[in-house]
Amino acid sequence: MITLTINGERREVPAAPDTPLLWVLRDDLGLTGTKFGCGVASCGACTVHLDGVPARSCQSFVGDLEGVEITTIEGAADAAAQAIRAAWAELEVPQCGYCQSGQIMSASALLAETPRPTDADIDAAMEGNLCRCASYARIRKAIHRAAEIMEG
Amino acid sequence: MLDRIIARAIPAAPLSRRGFLKLSAGAAGGLMLGAALPVSRAAAEAAADGLAMPFVHIRPDNSVVVIVKHLDKGQGAATGLATLVAEELDADAAQVTTEFAPANTALYANSLLGVQGTGGSTAMANSWQQYREAGATARAMLVAAAAETWGVDPAAVTVSGGMVRAEGHSASFGALAEAAARQDVPGEVTLKSPDQWVYIGKSFPRVDVQRKTEGGVGMFGMDMRMEGMVHAVSLRSPRFGGTLATLDDSAARAMAGVIDVIRLPDRATVIAETTWQAIQARDALVAEWDFAQAENRGTAELRAEFAALLDREGMPFHMAPASGEAAARVIEADYVFPYLAHAPMEPIDVTVLFDGERAVFWTGSQIQTLDQTIGAQVLGIPPEAVTINTLWGGGSFGRRAIYDSHYVAEAAMVARAWRDAHGEARPIKLVWTREDDIRGGYYRPMHMHRVRAGLDAEGRIAFWQHRVVGQGIMLGTAFEPFAVKNGVDSSSVEGLGESSPYEIPGWVVDVHHPRVGVPVLWWRSVGHTHTAYVVETMMDELAEAAGVDPVEFRLRYLTDPRARNVLELAADRAGAVPEGLTRGIAVHKSFGSYVAEVADVRMREDGTVKVERVTCAVDCGVPVNPSNIRAQIEGGLGYGLSAILREEITLTEGEVDQSNFYDYTPLLITDMPEVEVHIVPSTEAPTGIGEPGTPPIGPAVANAVRRATGQAVRELPFARHGLA
Repeated sequence: MITLTINGERREVPAAPDTPLLWVLRDDLGLTGTKFGCGVASCGACTVHLDGVPARSCQSFVGDLEGVEITTIEGAADAAAQAIRAAWAELEVPQCGYCQSGQIMSASALLAETPRPTDADIDAAMEGNLCRCASYARIRKAIHRAAEIMEG
Repeated sequence: MLDRIIARAIPAAPLSRRGFLKLSAGAAGGLMLGAALPVSRAAAEAAADGLAMPFVHIRPDNSVVVIVKHLDKGQGAATGLATLVAEELDADAAQVTTEFAPANTALYANSLLGVQGTGGSTAMANSWQQYREAGATARAMLVAAAAETWGVDPAAVTVSGGMVRAEGHSASFGALAEAAARQDVPGEVTLKSPDQWVYIGKSFPRVDVQRKTEGGVGMFGMDMRMEGMVHAVSLRSPRFGGTLATLDDSAARAMAGVIDVIRLPDRATVIAETTWQAIQARDALVAEWDFAQAENRGTAELRAEFAALLDREGMPFHMAPASGEAAARVIEADYVFPYLAHAPMEPIDVTVLFDGERAVFWTGSQIQTLDQTIGAQVLGIPPEAVTINTLWGGGSFGRRAIYDSHYVAEAAMVARAWRDAHGEARPIKLVWTREDDIRGGYYRPMHMHRVRAGLDAEGRIAFWQHRVVGQGIMLGTAFEPFAVKNGVDSSSVEGLGESSPYEIPGWVVDVHHPRVGVPVLWWRSVGHTHTAYVVETMMDELAEAAGVDPVEFRLRYLTDPRARNVLELAADRAGAVPEGLTRGIAVHKSFGSYVAEVADVRMREDGTVKVERVTCAVDCGVPVNPSNIRAQIEGGLGYGLSAILREEITLTEGEVDQSNFYDYTPLLITDMPEVEVHIVPSTEAPTGIGEPGTPPIGPAVANAVRRATGQAVRELPFARHGLA
């Protein structure tokens, strides 16, 4: 048994230590908001926060995560995540929506760290999150918009 | 278990099972909405559910559920159809939700495809009349119910913003829903005139945004979870058409969580407790393959064979030969377009439950009729015994509109083998990994083109000889009778000849369809992905050779006023070329819509291209939902840009060289230009919007690059030339 702290709750999971967090979230815990896209940290669809830092859950192994605060899209509720969601809805960012959990987790971590990100900041933070629908133009605008929302 | 599943699955669908069956029976003879409605006694029985009709269900809780017959895989079909119903119903946008229709071809066929399915950017075009009539019919029944309840003249009843009113009375839709269900169905309804529209052409909020910002939980097939569910991952032949010769599954069977390994003629499928266990065990299978019937050629061999065909006359497609070949100037060019993977962000998945007599499939089904029919065939049961639950698609770009339903068939084979081996029904979720997807075929077919075009002494096109070599997508499929004429598959040549917006003098097009064992499929905008590139880059080269402005040169050969208009509009709105950038333009018509794109590009110091800005003009008829039109143009050109920059599937000795997003590398946010979309106001019936944004971007960017560097890129992707 491995004990994880996910969205503020302690969860015991019967997984082997080298199991990717992604599959423990999805198959063992039913937290399917975190998406499987590539399995090799090349698309960002599975992004979660580990102690507030965005990470690819497909390449994070549960044996390394005891004592780490894991936040998934289901538990992302801080001011940055709220602002990002509001901006995403206002600009109608998602098309198919499958990558958007990862986009939102990366964007909310950026905003929590950098309240007024520049385009270069956005490039650096978001370059690892693929969107085949190419909703990128709206993602960029929505991050700027979320920054305004956070400033109030 | 299946009874319980069906009982749970069906009531979640728009109509109660009982009501649905009545509607289905009533619909047998060529349905329009009215004909499908129950007779009054049946209506009374169903009335407790509110007003339940094939395309809209008004529930006593005041919700308006629009039944969406199309798959929504991001293109906005659900919101689009909801917009149509809400408009004619005068609903409040906030009360409108959507559900996907069950598989029922009699009720839910796409009138332009003849099956229940989504493709060719037809969702809006074939629903435009049908869904507005559905809304207007429901509205008329609400009005009749109000008039009856209040004892007033129906003419005195008004509807707006989700409320029904008459002098001294008002009621919500929900309060009138049961009474509405007992009203006669009007034989004819009058639709609003455009000046009365409150949503169409203005705005209607996307119905899926909220859930998609909260993780999209429960929306996608990949997220299916059911009691007792097992997970399946398959090992398939590394070459297309190979069969399994020997299999050693001892290591896999010994691994934690592995329940079974199912051996099929051309694959082996691991069944495990979790997806991860199934993936690991799949990777532990040791197989030997028989490649006797497989496609064993690589890209180099295929290219050489295609190139040889460029020298030989093909099957005639378009014949308007010039009187002679006298020309002051001739440009000859060969083009190469690689195989492309769709790579939707949600890899392929399908969940199946089969009890020996009936089956339920859950997947982002794009051609429900085929998925139902083929699933039933594999399972050896009648189609009526197969329920298809369509879920939201995590992208498709053509990948889920699959003429052979091969992954539904694969799930069905696994379910049947499981049933034979275990004698019990368990839900099985089949998942393709990204590697399975990238290496799994069904690509945009590789094509080569050769053009020899001549200008006369006045700089006008004298002739244009055009040869196309590539696999026909529909050859050998059920679509062949509709799509193949005189041996020529329309999917290879659409955008040329009469389907081009241009009238080009002396245009002769012939075609070869070499037989290759690599499965191919439509890929967002299909043949237009390469035909528009060839025509629009050649147009640009000819314009330059003639010494004429590229817009002016194109206008000489564009007689269609809508094509001329978008070209001039985009050119005008793009304004002056920004300092340090170069510009290219392209215009194309596809799926009934006209799109022109102006690309402003910067050449980086390392020689790569950055597309900084794209200005678009689009005429897609009545612009039903402008925000979605903009989204689809942004996304469509992004998808096309992705392809021309770095995407390429190659093969070596029949095996695909790429495997995941690190070697099949799509567009990133850092590649994305700013996009400005100008929508032409129109009263024409709506046409496609999911695909038409894709074809012009490649040639627009290529034209800008040629202007900047002098290099005409005729072999894609740009990465082959150090440009990306």
